[in-house]
Amino acid sequence: MSTVTAEALSDTTLLRFATAGSVDDGKSTLVGRLLHDSKSILTDQLEAVERASTSRGQDTPDLALLTDGLRAEREQGITIDVAYRYFATPRRRFILADTPGHVQYTRNMVTGASTAELTVILVDARNGVVEQTRRHAAIAALLRVPHVVLAVNKMDLVDYRESVFARIAREFTAYAGELGVPEVTAIPISALAGDNVVDASAHMDWYGGPTFLEHLETVPVSHDLAHCHARLPVQYVIRPQTAEHPDYRGYAGQIAAGTFRVGDPVTVLPSGRTTTITGIDLLGERVDSARTPQSVTVLLADDIDVSRGDLIVPTKDAPATTQDVEATVCHVADQPLTVGHRVLIKHGTRTVKAIVKDIPSRLTLDDLSLHPHPGQLVANDIGRVKIRTAEPLPVDSYADSRRTGSFILIDPSDGTTLTAGMAGESFAAPEPVKDASDEDGWDF
Amino acid sequence: MTTTVAQTGEGTVSPYALSHLDALESEAVHIFREVAGEFERPVVLFSGGKDSIVMLHLALKAFAPAAVPFSLLHVDTGHNFPEVLAYRDRVVAEHGLRLHVASVQDYIDRGVLKERADGTRNPLQTLPLTEKIQAERFDAVFGGGRRDEEKARAKERVFSLRDEFSQWDPRRQRPELWNLYNGRHAPGEHVRVFPLSNWTELDVWQYIAREDIALPRIYFAHEREVFARGGMWLTPGEWGGPREGESVEKRLVRYRTVGDMSCTGAVDSDAVTLDDVIAEIAASRLTERGATRADDKMSEAAMEDRKREGYF
Repeated sequence: MSTVTAEALSDTTLLRFATAGSVDDGKSTLVGRLLHDSKSILTDQLEAVERASTSRGQDTPDLALLTDGLRAEREQGITIDVAYRYFATPRRRFILADTPGHVQYTRNMVTGASTAELTVILVDARNGVVEQTRRHAAIAALLRVPHVVLAVNKMDLVDYRESVFARIAREFTAYAGELGVPEVTAIPISALAGDNVVDASAHMDWYGGPTFLEHLETVPVSHDLAHCHARLPVQYVIRPQTAEHPDYRGYAGQIAAGTFRVGDPVTVLPSGRTTTITGIDLLGERVDSARTPQSVTVLLADDIDVSRGDLIVPTKDAPATTQDVEATVCHVADQPLTVGHRVLIKHGTRTVKAIVKDIPSRLTLDDLSLHPHPGQLVANDIGRVKIRTAEPLPVDSYADSRRTGSFILIDPSDGTTLTAGMAGESFAAPEPVKDASDEDGWDF
Repeated sequence: MTTTVAQTGEGTVSPYALSHLDALESEAVHIFREVAGEFERPVVLFSGGKDSIVMLHLALKAFAPAAVPFSLLHVDTGHNFPEVLAYRDRVVAEHGLRLHVASVQDYIDRGVLKERADGTRNPLQTLPLTEKIQAERFDAVFGGGRRDEEKARAKERVFSLRDEFSQWDPRRQRPELWNLYNGRHAPGEHVRVFPLSNWTELDVWQYIAREDIALPRIYFAHEREVFARGGMWLTPGEWGGPREGESVEKRLVRYRTVGDMSCTGAVDSDAVTLDDVIAEIAASRLTERGATRADDKMSEAAMEDRKREGYF
């Protein structure tokens, strides 16, 4: 970080990304290389790693100790949980969800990918696209992560040959395309030697694209949600009831998708009452419009009943409410999810009772085949689920909105988070690459 | 309007992307409001340090023009910097807040806790904190912890469930998906909430500069009498320094963190303005805790062990 000046840091964006990789494909090395070459590892951290490595009798500093923060992880030499890391360049700040690669940790990849705008899938150049690669691609597609990077690692072990890279990139892109992944960027790297991670490689003249870090710095963020259906889950009603603000009644929340403007006719769900936005307060300042993911407070023309759990939407673009939700889910708890299970469903800011009516299929990630009526889902399973809710919910399709199309199931007896859910179809239909002009305007 | 449209590089200008500070601010406000909506008795841990000051600022914005619907809780080690206590009392009065104090000195005076041989009181904070949480039946406790501070904290959830003994069990953590935080807990349990999880030290300073937030003046370079112990500059005081053989000298220093005087070190610095501080942090090759906290150097898993016991 020594190259970063205060002025350069004043106006950067934030990119959240997640890594996925199997055990030996060099994920830790890539993360270590990225942090090291971007000068994000500080002296005392490196010293602590050197101290710990020496006391274990290791000759060289074990960079995995930087990322494995828990006693159990260090003792066993494995990563058991998602860790979040932070680094910065003059152009952008990064939040990296560092997720373990073992197949039994599918839930961790789902956790990391749920907030990521970009997923990095690592492949060993010697092995090419393997089962684990297809699993990672499938999860990225299910979670609809907007950008996928295929990092073809260990190029130094295949003599930096273009043909090796081109074959893997072609095979992966075709597979990802079938799953509906909107964008794949393939980059040939050697995490160990440092080729194309932060600095351009001297060994691969044939590659004309960006380095891994350059791509992370320039990929567009947050552009996809601002012009979809506007959605504001009401978190909290702000009523000061003071002499200065005797009649202020504002509905606070983080805009989950789209843009709201003063004057917009809106509908409050699930009641269906309609009114008009008369004011938007952006953390203490009055504004004319606000967009995702801003936290705002809106004021409405009519004094209608609105409370936590309601969803404010444009009247002309309101989702249907339903008590029957069909979704693709990833089961994240150790106890299984079974048909007949009574659960709570948290969707946006609303938590209601629900019952699992059916589990029509379980997905085999290796070949994307469906196992019909598995009876239950166990930890790390991905499957289709039908849920009946006690009250109507305005659930969007996850394809339209990652925020209002997602939900979690909670065990009502002990509060355990059971399942991550994505409403609607599992995989996107392949679609032509969007024209860049689609993203230009503010109007929709 | 404080929101800025950031430009990220050639051909990648997105009119929709928030600047990183706006994105972090919006996320933290969302977290504050979730807690206000779902819990009965939340409280904000407030030490008068920069992270808790930023938390309070965010809470004020989140509920404006209404008052913050939480009280504050300070764990007073008895070895706090007088400037910081004065700052604490000033903001509490200014915003009409309610302040709870859990006092380590009380516990020592009653004989419940014993002074440690090394004089540090940081590990002694856990019992007064957890007993106060139980006594007041707080069900959500906001902390200013950031994941960039320490490797055990990098594994911490935004909503972190604690049992009736306030213990943290990293294996029992709930996966956190999208922004759907799960605050369910049994009676006696509570949830620690970390709205600044995704902030770095630099983000905190940039935000303080952008929002023009007042800080205790010990964060800025000043002449101070200090003495060296364990590779750090400590402030002399009744808490137990200097000992024989340790000599006091006057130096130009500032604090990067504010905590117990016995284990919080000052750094040599001539940064007198926020811009100076930001430039200094950006160029520093030491982490905040590595530079100034003695207690984290005790063992490789010092923070994890304290967190397991109920430390924040």
